[in-house]
Amino acid sequence: MSLQNMKIAIICSLVRPEEKQLIEAFARYNVPTEVHDDRSLIFDLDNLSFWKQYDVVVERCVSQSRAQYVQRIMKLAGVRTVNTNEVIENCGDKFITTQLLLQNGVPTTKVLMAFTPESAMQAIEQMGYPCVLKPVVGSWGRGVVRVNDRDAAEAVVNLRDELGGYQQHVYYVQELVKKPGRDIRSFVIGDECVAAIYRTSQHWITNTHLGGKASNCPVTPELAKISIGAAKAVGGGIVAVDLFEDPERGLLVNEVNHTMEFRNSVPATGVDIPGKMVEWIVAQK
Amino acid sequence: MTAECPECAGDVKFKEAPMLHELVRCGECGAELEVVALDPIKLDLAPTEEEDWGE
Repeated sequence: MSLQNMKIAIICSLVRPEEKQLIEAFARYNVPTEVHDDRSLIFDLDNLSFWKQYDVVVERCVSQSRAQYVQRIMKLAGVRTVNTNEVIENCGDKFITTQLLLQNGVPTTKVLMAFTPESAMQAIEQMGYPCVLKPVVGSWGRGVVRVNDRDAAEAVVNLRDELGGYQQHVYYVQELVKKPGRDIRSFVIGDECVAAIYRTSQHWITNTHLGGKASNCPVTPELAKISIGAAKAVGGGIVAVDLFEDPERGLLVNEVNHTMEFRNSVPATGVDIPGKMVEWIVAQK
Repeated sequence: MTAECPECAGDVKFKEAPMLHELVRCGECGAELEVVALDPIKLDLAPTEEEDWGE
């Protein structure tokens, strides 16, 4: 099939710089796209024939719940998606990501799980201060707290216990890696680690969404191997891998992101990440 | 091309035609805006971040 004859749908919530760059990249490759706003879609689960016209649906929802349902609905329709619903579900829950990294022998951080305030306090004490408490579902650093001492631990655990939502009562306690004021984000597309950035910040959270500065990080064989290993562990496709540099253990995977953001990474690395995404998407059968 | 910022009524300038639902920022007040119509360009305040937003 020629690229011009492919039918690609992009389902997104908003056209952020990433979606705009992706749409423009498809246009550069002469691949027509149709953009659908997930806020206005209604899916008739008994009749998904509209969606069967597409060769690929590229899901770029900013909402994880919408992303999961859209992916599963496309699976029901028998339409190929990027990424798959398994990747979204595996990356969308930090416990599941950690489970899959450990199962597949990918170096990652030490994590303790607990389900009650009392056991969460014991887990935090066992991990030692400072450590990190994260919600299992969430992104952009939301709800991620550094716990420096027992007072802080009691405050955050009590708060989480008071909050509605069962996921607040799942306690994911992570070691605080002694990282050198930066972490690494690598971009994996299929079997290739195409680029990586350092994210540097004075704050202990180096997320660029929270002000971390992006600069080019060379893709060494070690970085490529661990990044591709992490991507494969969660199901492959197009993902961004967040890593720490531990002074003794080397690279450790922190998280894997299923709907990767790359607006700051294209200028920092000089790599046409959206173009490489398009090349991979159209090459898949 | 310009459109009125719904927050401060300032002019939001476009160097090139925006896409529908594109996010833009008002240069005068800094508000994050969504392009909700193209001809003519109409802007609305962008949706606020929800609990499950992310990557």
